[in-house]
Amino acid sequence: MALLSFERKYRVRGGTLVGGDLFDFWVGPFYVGFFGITTLFFASLGTALIFYGASQGGTWNPWLINIAPPDLSYGLGLAPLKAGGLWQIITVCAIGSFVSWALREVEICRKLGMGYHVPFAFGVAIFAYITLVVFRPMLLGAWGHGFPYGIFSHLDWVSNVGYQYLHFHYNPAHMLAVSFFFTTTLALSMHGALVLSATNPAKGEDVKSPEYEDTFFRDLIGYSVGTLGIHRVGLLLALNAGFWSAVCIIISGPFWTRGWPEWWSWWLNLPIWM
Amino acid sequence: MPSLSKLTAAAVLVVSSLALGACELGPKQSQQTGYRGTGIVQIVDPGNVVAPGEVPPPPYELPAPGGQTAGQVYQNVKVLANVSQEEFDYTMAAITQWIVPANLPAEEAGCNYCHNAENLADDSKYTKVVARRMIQMTQNINQNYSDHVKQTGVTCYTCHRGNAVPEYVWTDPKPSDGRLMGNKRGQNTPSNAVAYASLPLDTYAKYMRGNSGPARVISKTIHPTTANRQSVKDAEGNYAIMMHLSQSLGVNCTYCHNSRSFARWEQSSPQRALAWYGLQMVKNTNEEYIHPLANVFPANRLGPQGDPYKTNCATCHQMQRKPLGGAQMAKDYPALRTVSAAAATAAVPAAAPATGAAAPAAAAAAGN
Repeated sequence: MALLSFERKYRVRGGTLVGGDLFDFWVGPFYVGFFGITTLFFASLGTALIFYGASQGGTWNPWLINIAPPDLSYGLGLAPLKAGGLWQIITVCAIGSFVSWALREVEICRKLGMGYHVPFAFGVAIFAYITLVVFRPMLLGAWGHGFPYGIFSHLDWVSNVGYQYLHFHYNPAHMLAVSFFFTTTLALSMHGALVLSATNPAKGEDVKSPEYEDTFFRDLIGYSVGTLGIHRVGLLLALNAGFWSAVCIIISGPFWTRGWPEWWSWWLNLPIWM
Repeated sequence: MPSLSKLTAAAVLVVSSLALGACELGPKQSQQTGYRGTGIVQIVDPGNVVAPGEVPPPPYELPAPGGQTAGQVYQNVKVLANVSQEEFDYTMAAITQWIVPANLPAEEAGCNYCHNAENLADDSKYTKVVARRMIQMTQNINQNYSDHVKQTGVTCYTCHRGNAVPEYVWTDPKPSDGRLMGNKRGQNTPSNAVAYASLPLDTYAKYMRGNSGPARVISKTIHPTTANRQSVKDAEGNYAIMMHLSQSLGVNCTYCHNSRSFARWEQSSPQRALAWYGLQMVKNTNEEYIHPLANVFPANRLGPQGDPYKTNCATCHQMQRKPLGGAQMAKDYPALRTVSAAAATAAVPAAAPATGAAAPAAAAAAGN
């Protein structure tokens, strides 16, 4: 891969968290670092185990491959490989590689002297994943409460776990998460449309400056958050979507076992109109 | 004066503590009922488990069979005539204990709740007429619905639990009066019947009468056809009756269904088939045994539409997967376990000749 002309600027020594200079080198365009090594290790091992699990699962149909967590009877202990043990090791590998990648991002941020926005944002996604497969199973007392690794199977899990609470749309944190997801896509689509409009003017016209973009939204809704601000808004919306998703599942089971509609009886029972 | 931000902070604190207070803290119990990783699991809060209820002991030891039959000793015995007199007395004593409220004045207490004290054979009290039909109903359930009640069976106590009218019953709802303001269109009312969701409340009448169809709304084709005319509201009605099933048994949807396809029997648990038989049993019970009594009950025992209080899943189950925690109660009351040979002729209208047009229907029902 060719070295881009500006890429030299990115090749800054130091900023590592672990390993000092030992892993502070590049392979082609890729920074390695200690966490590059651990990412590679966990990701390779995890992927190999997924293929091994698939080979034992009776189907190579990519939609149907399923690596399921152990039975609840194993509690928080280890299960035999083919009875959920694979899922446990793959979960360790997944967390290891996700966290390694986030820390590699931290090292790159340190090299470039920039903020930690990118690893922080990725960290929220990791937090949501760990909530699903570690925190909630631990609170409920069995690894079997984690979701299975498979395209269809994890969707079936989502559906059934939702129906454990009769009507999941009444889960208050799910309401927030869904609203944030939709608002994220709305904001992204409006932002994308605005940028495309500004940068693709009619024939013979100049590309429009941010002043035009601001003016458009000031005309439309009376306010423009600005070219930098829209990215802060987007980050806020997206991180909240992931965060409230994690909240909505951690409260389902560990903190509420009945139907979610019934949870709202606290509102009906408020002393002001009881 | 406190600043706006302080007020906001206080409001957030109050609301969030109320919301948190609504939660169930402490460890939970889980039971896996499907393949691992499918999420087919029951999670319960031990602090929120409804006790199964105590089974009252028999009034005294079950008399040995033999001796004169009740029909030979007593007059006007239409259902339990072939039961020995001693077992008949035993069964009557048990029924009194199960159904007659304890706090009644002497002239209505005990046997007098159903019987004319001057002449126990007299059918003048409506409670006696109803009780006779209810004994037939119990026998019918035990004999013909063993697909649902198995060998555990039911007794009067399964539903009554010491109440003259079982605690969990339903009647037809009042139809909409056509107002615009405040008209909830039979839904949007937080009720245990629909698990406090906004779902329609009239679903017992829709799914638990004799002419009720099955709870099926899913289309079998990808694209809309005229084969399935059911609306979103029909689907919500279906959802509502399923909420009732869940609430009545204290289980979630995955107790019977794999939600990846609610309709597919081969992906459902065996409990779904049990529930199906139960629904047939409830329809038969309501239509053949309870609804025809509309003209026997006094007005204070009827709902706003003039129909008697009918059964649903909660009537027996009372938030248990198996009523009374699966206690083997009916085995002590053999008279209630099989349909009496003489029962076919014993019918409601014989006791209620003067009440008009509904009687023939009741006769037809009883003769079946």
